[in-house]
Amino acid sequence: MKRRAPICLVLTALVLVATGGQWLLRASASGADIPSAAQSTQVDATTQTAPVASRPEVPPHRPRGHHPSVATGIADAHGNTTAVACMTCHATRASDLDNGAAGGTPKTFHQGLAYAHGGQSCLSCHHSEDYDALRLADGRKLAFSDAQKLCSQCHGPQTRDYLNGSHGGMRGYWDKSKGTRTRNTCTDCHDPHAPAFPQLTPVFAPRDGAARQQAERDAARVRNSTQPSAHE
Amino acid sequence: MNNPSEQPVETTEGGGMTRRTAIKALGATLGAAAFAQAIAPLTEWTENMTMDEYLQKHYKELSPFDLGVVMSRLEAETKAETGVDVHIGDYRPQPGVKFGYALNLSICVGCRRCAQACHVENNHDRPSGNSYIRVLEMEKGSLDLAKGRVNYDKPVPSKDKFYMPVQCQQCDKPPCVSVCPVEATWKESDGIVVVDYNWCIGCRYCEAACPYHARRFNWTKPQIPPEEINPDQGYLSNRLRPQGVMEKCTFCLHKTRQGKLPACLEACPTGARVFGNLLDPESEIRWVLKNKRVFVLKEDAGTRPSFFYFFDE
Repeated sequence: MKRRAPICLVLTALVLVATGGQWLLRASASGADIPSAAQSTQVDATTQTAPVASRPEVPPHRPRGHHPSVATGIADAHGNTTAVACMTCHATRASDLDNGAAGGTPKTFHQGLAYAHGGQSCLSCHHSEDYDALRLADGRKLAFSDAQKLCSQCHGPQTRDYLNGSHGGMRGYWDKSKGTRTRNTCTDCHDPHAPAFPQLTPVFAPRDGAARQQAERDAARVRNSTQPSAHE
Repeated sequence: MNNPSEQPVETTEGGGMTRRTAIKALGATLGAAAFAQAIAPLTEWTENMTMDEYLQKHYKELSPFDLGVVMSRLEAETKAETGVDVHIGDYRPQPGVKFGYALNLSICVGCRRCAQACHVENNHDRPSGNSYIRVLEMEKGSLDLAKGRVNYDKPVPSKDKFYMPVQCQQCDKPPCVSVCPVEATWKESDGIVVVDYNWCIGCRYCEAACPYHARRFNWTKPQIPPEEINPDQGYLSNRLRPQGVMEKCTFCLHKTRQGKLPACLEACPTGARVFGNLLDPESEIRWVLKNKRVFVLKEDAGTRPSFFYFFDE
């Protein structure tokens, strides 16, 4: 019965054919579907649709049009927020400049306005005769849409950095010969009445190995601190 | 002395089968079975790989025509697998452009929106939440990366902390490139270190070599719901990766080589990121290098990064 050994060799060969042969078969079959030349055009086509990523939720404070307004906090019949133009009240009523001047929030009008912007008063920035406009330090009127000029009177380094592209978010093209870009202005990100950038909730917690290991180390540290260890 | 009664057992018995041949047959059968089991992954592998893919040349050796064929094949495969019409482009470095990136650590608040934007833009695996950016929460006054925390979850910025996003530094002397045994990763003329996903063998040497922990490995085939696939893809950047290959930040070359800003910069709500052409003396990145006190991570590693960090005075 010495013939069994060659039979085993044949068996091994069969297994090889069954596995490797399958690969050969597949290979020859897929060799037939090489794409035609017609399919292979557009090698470096540069057509691209606009990016769909949405803006991060930074509080927007962009003044609306030529007639700046403040939100009333009241919704209309359709559920839309409503706003009232500044001059609606300021044209008919003398300003009460002591309204909240002691540093708190205004008590009568503009209730709930959180103010935290140094030692400025309302009229440091708002024009005393035209509430649809701002006021530069030398008394000149300034449109709300040019608010950046007002900010730059005090915030020189930030303005310098902004003008050189290293302050403030942007979208679009770095290569200005290929396209435009949009940039935030000061009040897109900073509330002019409380300009410190707000705290944000971090998104997108990492779930990779580094994060897992760190979580495990933290858990171990908590366990060790609750159990008094011998060598500490 | 020998027991004569054992002699017949070793030579012949009953039907003529000796113990020796029986053991031989058993051994050979086991061996064949083990061999079949060992090469079984090969048959699974061939199910996922066509002959075209197997015989595909290195990216740098593909003619424009052949590359077009490859990209149409990849587009067709994506369509067949996911039902999504994607466009894969071959975006080449622009002459006279070398990309640089700077990050203002005084402004970054650590909100991780850059990491999220990277995840979306670059078609990362959804279950693992992969991203090319890792944001470290650091103690003020220290640059000890080992003490940086990645899994912070409190509102940011926390007092006494600063935040340091780390991604590929696109080094001028990239250790990840020199260790690759098959030259599946290389540095292009605009400074971007890229990977040919179809040439990478997945040995992960580059991951080990990178001092910035910037490379990622596809342990599984990346899973993305079809409706979330970004259809604007680059052959060397955000196209859907196969299983078992390395990937890394490419400064979104499918966008930046068309003049656009990278996704992480566009997502930054604070404007901490500055991107541009290092060879253009009028560029904003050059202004930062000239006017801010910039530094690079692990300068002593000699990697010469194209990624700079700075603090405002």
